[in-house]
Amino acid sequence: MLSLEHVSKVYETRQGVRRILHDVNFCIKRGENLGILGRNGAGKSTLIRLISGAERPTSGVIHRGMRVSWPLAFGGAFQSHLTGLDNLKFVCRIYGVDYRPLVPFVEDFTELGLYFREPVQHYSNGMLTRLAFALSMAIEFDCFLIDEAMVVGDVRFHERCHVELFSKRKDRAFILVTHEAHVIKLYCKNAAVLHEGHLLPFPTVDAAYDFYESTMANVPVEV
Amino acid sequence: MNDAFLHSVAIQRRVLYALMMREVITRFGRDNLGVLWLVGEPMIFTLGVATLWSAVGLTHGIATPIVAFAVTGYSSVLMWRNAASYCSHGVESNKPLLYHRNVQVIDVLLTRIALEVLGATCSFIVLSIIFVFVGWMTPPVDVTLVLGGWLMLAWFGASLALVIGGAATFSPIVYRLWHPAAYLLFPMSGAAFMVEWLPLNLQKVVLLLPMVHGVELLRHGYFGNIVVAHYDIGYMAECCLVLSLFGLYLVREAGRRIEF
Repeated sequence: MLSLEHVSKVYETRQGVRRILHDVNFCIKRGENLGILGRNGAGKSTLIRLISGAERPTSGVIHRGMRVSWPLAFGGAFQSHLTGLDNLKFVCRIYGVDYRPLVPFVEDFTELGLYFREPVQHYSNGMLTRLAFALSMAIEFDCFLIDEAMVVGDVRFHERCHVELFSKRKDRAFILVTHEAHVIKLYCKNAAVLHEGHLLPFPTVDAAYDFYESTMANVPVEV
Repeated sequence: MNDAFLHSVAIQRRVLYALMMREVITRFGRDNLGVLWLVGEPMIFTLGVATLWSAVGLTHGIATPIVAFAVTGYSSVLMWRNAASYCSHGVESNKPLLYHRNVQVIDVLLTRIALEVLGATCSFIVLSIIFVFVGWMTPPVDVTLVLGGWLMLAWFGASLALVIGGAATFSPIVYRLWHPAAYLLFPMSGAAFMVEWLPLNLQKVVLLLPMVHGVELLRHGYFGNIVVAHYDIGYMAECCLVLSLFGLYLVREAGRRIEF
């Protein structure tokens, strides 16, 4: 089980202290999933980085009772001078897995072709996302953290992600954060909205969706 | 020892190995010969300096063998300077890798320190063997003292690197200042002189620098009693200990503050 208790995060900026997350609480077990909706700048990526352990919370406790992936966003977690293959090797060494049997899967899934053996700095966003996704599928985690990754990529990529994550690994847990409400509706059984630093739980995905839409309506559109 | 501790040790080993491979690939290239540059780089430097010093006759009228003097001096500089220089950019250039929970700031810095110490040590040994073989240098008089001086310099280099690498995450000013500081420290570090050659008042000033003690010890071991060496290893150890603790503190704070 993964649980967050009274987690807060404060960043110091040049304009003073900014509280991004305020007393966030939730827990998730294997086989469960959670979609978190939030507007741009709501703190979704911050929350994901805290859950993964890449950053520490300012206060509160995060208990990881299962293997939690790194934040699966496009681009992050790669050393740009290394090739796709080198990054696969690196990740495998970190997590104590033999990389050799995984090469065919990653090559096939990413469809990078020759670029698999070129430095990651020459990759497009789509290529980075495919690589990030394939690498995290290569390591067997109990809980996957997905940060917007599902909104980039084409239909074919979405379908393949769907198969890998939501069919083959439906016994695992995943947390998906996005500002695209339809993605949550498509994939998640539970949903919450990150609003003004608070994580608000909802009994149904539709209820979360309606609330999210109503917060959007209050935002004046600048012309 | 409990299982949790052993588990942590296993993770630590995996992470350091992975980072080591990552550094070797980006710094020395992908082909297997590239690793030779770990030794090749410092070797070329030392060779160049030895040649330069021989050419200008930097012997101060004392019968110190010039090649051995250059090798011991410049190898020492590599030892205390390079780890800190590579660590000053260490966190910045490995930042994406810190996305992985088990990769911590300390791992990134320890990897770079280990590579630099390894590189400088290999270069020192290989150069010494080559020069002794062709007859430009005689073997060291007392290997134990040489080893002692070398280890002290390694400790000093490592602790300095932790301080610089940790502090650089707080402000980019640190690595902007470190590079000029390293240049200014070089002529005072004891690489190009023996403390004995200096006037008394200058000796006192120079002996405030911890690395000077290490170089003097190293040369005492290498040349034996044909040189008069001034060193206080107790003083050097105190400096290293303070730097190490301060460095570890900075690194811990850097890890807590890391933001993407």
